[in-house]
Amino acid sequence: MKSRIKHLMCALGLLVLLLCAVQPAFAKSDDPVLLELQTLLVSSNNQDRTKAIELLTQSQHELAFDIYGLLLEGKFFFNRTDNQLYLVDRAEAGQSALHFLDERDVTIERPRDFRRVALNNAQRTQIRRVMAQTGLTADSNKIRMKAVRQMMGDPDPEALSLIRAAYTSETNGKVRELMAVAIAIDTVTQTDEAAQRDAIDTLSTSLEPRARNALNQFVSQTDNASLKELAEKGLIGIEQKIKFYKGLETVYFGLSLGSVLVLAAIGLAITFGVMGVINMAHGELIMIGAYTTFVIQQLMPNHIGLSVLVAIPAAFVVSGLVGIAIERGVIRFLYGRPLETLLATFGISLVLQQAVRTIFSPLNKTVETPSWMSGMLEFNPVFAITLNRLYIIIFCLLVFFALLMILKRTALGLQVRAVSQNRAMARAMGVRSERVDMMTFGLGSGVAGIAGVALSQITNVGPNLGQAYIIDSFMVVVFGGVGNIWGTLVAGMTLGVANKIMEPWAGAVLAKILVLVFIILFIQKKPRGLFPQRGRAAEG
Amino acid sequence: MMLWNLIKEDRGGQILLLLLAIAIIAVPMLNALPPDHALHIPTYTVALLGKYLTLALLALSVDLVWGYLGILTLGHGAFFALGGYVMGMYLMRQIGERGVYGHPELPDFMVFLNWDSLPWYWTGLDQFWFAAILIILVPGLLAFIFGALAFRSRVSGVYLSIITQALTFALMLAFFRNEMGFGGNNGLTDFKDILGFSLQARETKVGLFVASAVALALGYLISRAVIQSRLGKVCVAVRDAESRARFLGYRVENVKLWVFTLSAMIAGVAGALYVPQVGIINPNEFSPLNSIEIVVWVAVGGRATLYGAVAGALFINYAKTWFTTELPDVWLFALGAIFVLVTLFLPKGIAGLFRRKEASA
Amino acid sequence: MKQMNKKLATATCALALSIAAITAQASDTIKVGVLHSLSGTMAISETTLKDTMLMLIEEQNKQGGVLGKQLEAVVVDPASDWPLFAERARELLERDKVAAIFGAWTSVSRKSVLPVVEELNGLLFYPVQYEGEESSKNVFYTGAAPNQQAIPAVDYLMNELGIERWVLAGTDYVYPRTTNRILEAYLKSKGVAEADIMINYTPFGHSDWQTIVSDVRRFGGEGKKTAVVSTINGDANVPFYRELGAQGVSAEDIPVIAFSVGEEELSGIDTAPLVGHLAAWNYFMSIDTEANDEFIDTWHAFTGDTNRVTNDPMEAHYIGFNMWVEAVTKAGTTDPSAVQEAIIGVTVPNLTGGYAAMMPNHHITKPVFIGEIQSDGQFEVVWQTPSTVVGDAWSDFLEGSKDIISDWRKPLSCGNYNVVTKTCSGQNFE
Repeated sequence: MKSRIKHLMCALGLLVLLLCAVQPAFAKSDDPVLLELQTLLVSSNNQDRTKAIELLTQSQHELAFDIYGLLLEGKFFFNRTDNQLYLVDRAEAGQSALHFLDERDVTIERPRDFRRVALNNAQRTQIRRVMAQTGLTADSNKIRMKAVRQMMGDPDPEALSLIRAAYTSETNGKVRELMAVAIAIDTVTQTDEAAQRDAIDTLSTSLEPRARNALNQFVSQTDNASLKELAEKGLIGIEQKIKFYKGLETVYFGLSLGSVLVLAAIGLAITFGVMGVINMAHGELIMIGAYTTFVIQQLMPNHIGLSVLVAIPAAFVVSGLVGIAIERGVIRFLYGRPLETLLATFGISLVLQQAVRTIFSPLNKTVETPSWMSGMLEFNPVFAITLNRLYIIIFCLLVFFALLMILKRTALGLQVRAVSQNRAMARAMGVRSERVDMMTFGLGSGVAGIAGVALSQITNVGPNLGQAYIIDSFMVVVFGGVGNIWGTLVAGMTLGVANKIMEPWAGAVLAKILVLVFIILFIQKKPRGLFPQRGRAAEG
Repeated sequence: MMLWNLIKEDRGGQILLLLLAIAIIAVPMLNALPPDHALHIPTYTVALLGKYLTLALLALSVDLVWGYLGILTLGHGAFFALGGYVMGMYLMRQIGERGVYGHPELPDFMVFLNWDSLPWYWTGLDQFWFAAILIILVPGLLAFIFGALAFRSRVSGVYLSIITQALTFALMLAFFRNEMGFGGNNGLTDFKDILGFSLQARETKVGLFVASAVALALGYLISRAVIQSRLGKVCVAVRDAESRARFLGYRVENVKLWVFTLSAMIAGVAGALYVPQVGIINPNEFSPLNSIEIVVWVAVGGRATLYGAVAGALFINYAKTWFTTELPDVWLFALGAIFVLVTLFLPKGIAGLFRRKEASA
Repeated sequence: MKQMNKKLATATCALALSIAAITAQASDTIKVGVLHSLSGTMAISETTLKDTMLMLIEEQNKQGGVLGKQLEAVVVDPASDWPLFAERARELLERDKVAAIFGAWTSVSRKSVLPVVEELNGLLFYPVQYEGEESSKNVFYTGAAPNQQAIPAVDYLMNELGIERWVLAGTDYVYPRTTNRILEAYLKSKGVAEADIMINYTPFGHSDWQTIVSDVRRFGGEGKKTAVVSTINGDANVPFYRELGAQGVSAEDIPVIAFSVGEEELSGIDTAPLVGHLAAWNYFMSIDTEANDEFIDTWHAFTGDTNRVTNDPMEAHYIGFNMWVEAVTKAGTTDPSAVQEAIIGVTVPNLTGGYAAMMPNHHITKPVFIGEIQSDGQFEVVWQTPSTVVGDAWSDFLEGSKDIISDWRKPLSCGNYNVVTKTCSGQNFE
């Protein structure tokens, strides 16, 4: 039976490989603890589930940690008809359910008969706390770190003594430091003045919010003037550091917002800037890219991590082809009439939106974040950067430089620039301008599709996705200067950072309004943007 | 006689004004017939027609700047909405003590957001004459300031289009803010009466319809007058060859500025007539998408004809009403297709068809 | 003689029935208006409600309709355009002569329709939780008022989870503004200090939550147990929850309780990082009752898709529609004035094992549930009010409305009666 549970867990990819390799002694299905557990877990009373967790903790059952894991993952179900406990991966008709005690496989007929054994926050905290205590002796520094942090706020004296014990044998400097802080939080509340002084020193060097809270609390409660002064000085030092890191964080947020803007706008910079075509359907090409990501994830549900990578070329191709179709079908008849292209492409954008509503329903679609994109890169407790945003910044720069290379170093790029500067002359020199137009538009559209893949990781994938970004994209391109993709990069990043610097004191709405007013005024001063295009094409 | 000169060579305009005159007389009469009479026009149709006419007036104002100045404005909805808001504020002040909280002065939304007193910009708006002045002045002033900045620094073409869009977008965000004191997302609604007449009364609705028709006729004549004047000729010169007009010594900025301001004022009046007929004004009227739609009405009707803009607005809005009732799922497909097909195959719009026939006949 | 009588009675009955059948065929049907956006930005939420209404009407027709007549749905599309809501409502009432309208979602759409239904004396059943501060003779509010959602939720957080610091985050429009005002007053009355309440508003469709989530994290890291009360609307929720997940804010550290996030919204979000965050509603799909099972089965059969979820506004329509049917049956006519009178006091079963009653203030009684988000996008109920709560049109925690009551029974017949000044103001009818 045990092996079946393990097997299922491995199949679910829940636990480390180690667990699958080791096959400890077999637990009988008439194990009294497990029987009791089943009764408690299938109960509809919330308290019973708390009891079940306590039971497991006290019994120190060898399966306890596996069961904790499964409970946290929400893999335990009970069948309403027979009140038995099952392990279920997906509660859908036709899927199989594994009976918890006697390991028989059951096929799910009515999914609604299977109800999840659901935990609430308190119970999850309860489990995490138990699991954290064992984490103190884990091999991985990260897990030990996490365990200490988890236990830092634990009022349970046993937790503290565990940390003290681990502290003596800890070899990793960072973990040791954290443990010292955890101990100091306790020491500072004791009465030994010398030890308190040391503890305050330790706490003053730490950026842990709990350390600061302990100091704050100490300052408000102590009668000892010299210690109070020391603690206050420590607090000021901490505040200054926090301020510094907050500034750093704001810049990072600004860059990440900026990179989203750049990604959304850069395709437009090509179609609008280089070709002079105002493509109001640009937002919908982004949307198509996002939907492509969704479809790819549907096609490969077991490889979410890979799916996003696959989606990048796929979205480029799909959006690019749609773009080429738009160019061939509509825009090529309208060259030289930019304002009318605007209207026609706006019409196309409406059609594309409604088409998506018809095909995919008006509801938003779930695009999952792959595990390698979630999480944070933590520098210290007050400054950490989110990985998904970091990848998007990097991705944005990659796309930007790839485009720059295409425009500067390839034959296509040369032709594109030639056609955009002087169409007639380029044609006279033998450039097939029609083909160049088509390829350029396809390139710009494809890039929009790639932006859609990135956006699918941070926002809604729905029919309105495109509309939300089209105006911002235009602002970025115009601010940067039409016809210059460097301008787009600088403009996007500037607007992003400006927005984020203003947001804390102006609020999100006012910050955005101020940015818009700034752009309007800026265009009065420099009607052709930050990096104006020179030459004849500029008159267009 | 002078009036006749304005439309002497304008066949479309003659027909339009004739139709308007007929409507002004006939619609109230048909509406007064008993409900079971075959020719009876229900009151809600009258209100609907009134709404169409205000939108037609808005389209007219866009055609004035797009058709004759070559400025593709993607923000004209802003002037329309500002006129509408002024009217909405006047109507809110008319509610007086009849609000749900029975407060003598404050509109309901201010009461429940705990405002103590009216913000300064609401003062005086309980007087119709003052509101009427502001309806023209506020959009006019904004257009004047915006235009003075933009035209003087020679922002043109696509850039101008984009910043007009930025303008209306910024205003939309601003009006969404509840701190602004314009009712936030809910806007202004639940109006009771205008100039002492109940807005629910049949007669008031007919009256508003007639007022809209008269406003459209007047707007048309004023626009014609501008076009036929020397100013109008310069406008077309600016549209077709701005640099040349400038070299010939015309103050291009001033020409643009005056026509742009006039057009914003007309849009403001259209908004002011629109609000009492639909019963609500909220920040969505500032939405950039709305402004683009207006441009499409003009394109469909036929740019630079004035009457074409009117026809386009009526046609598209009627189509919108029809589709969203009968075939809701198809509406956006249809609207999108109209955009594409008109720009591809009917560059001169419906009016172009009409003219071609005239020419060949 | 007796037998004769019986025969006669049978014959009369048969005759009456056949006449009824003929009139049902000839004269028609009872029309019911469905006023939900099928295109534009609100289509995402409202299309489902249109389908719900069609399903309810179909089911009712299977049971013989109402008053012996079949019901006919008149579906129109106000296209997420607020003035169009008013226009469409007018069309439904004047042209189609519908007996009742079921519809609207946003506050502004209801506000837009309100003068029209009052002028033409129609009936509007409004199924969405809203900010209160309204009670119209012609509108029946089957969604939650703030005291049926927000206040119990805060009570739960305060008493069960020991929350001491509060972030009130909302989209900048009237529902969050009002709800947050009420909550702020309520929290202060419970002794929460000003410094422990952080209020934040963002625009519609706000997509960049980095700064705000980071502020929340900092605010919550100062030693006191913190929770976020979210009135963030619609599309902005996805990037908000994603950012919470990305910045590692888990439900165990800082729980977020939402009033506008239900099963349908979750079906478009990757729920993995959200597990444990909360929502307060009057219905959850996961609630285990027979009525609910049946409703879900019918819904799946009607849509032909067993993955479709059900949500709170759908239950509100279910209750509202059954109340209307009951009231029409009771009144024996679809005449709005008669129905308005008959519907007060009507009690119908809800889907969560209890009953909903229409109160004199045109709001209904509802149980309040707090649910935690599970990884499958469903909610696990962790707490519920011991009994149903009566919807309060006028909040007791707002300065302007604490003296106002609503009672549509005679002789008061007033939606906003000020008990201090003894006046009834703001009515649009004589």
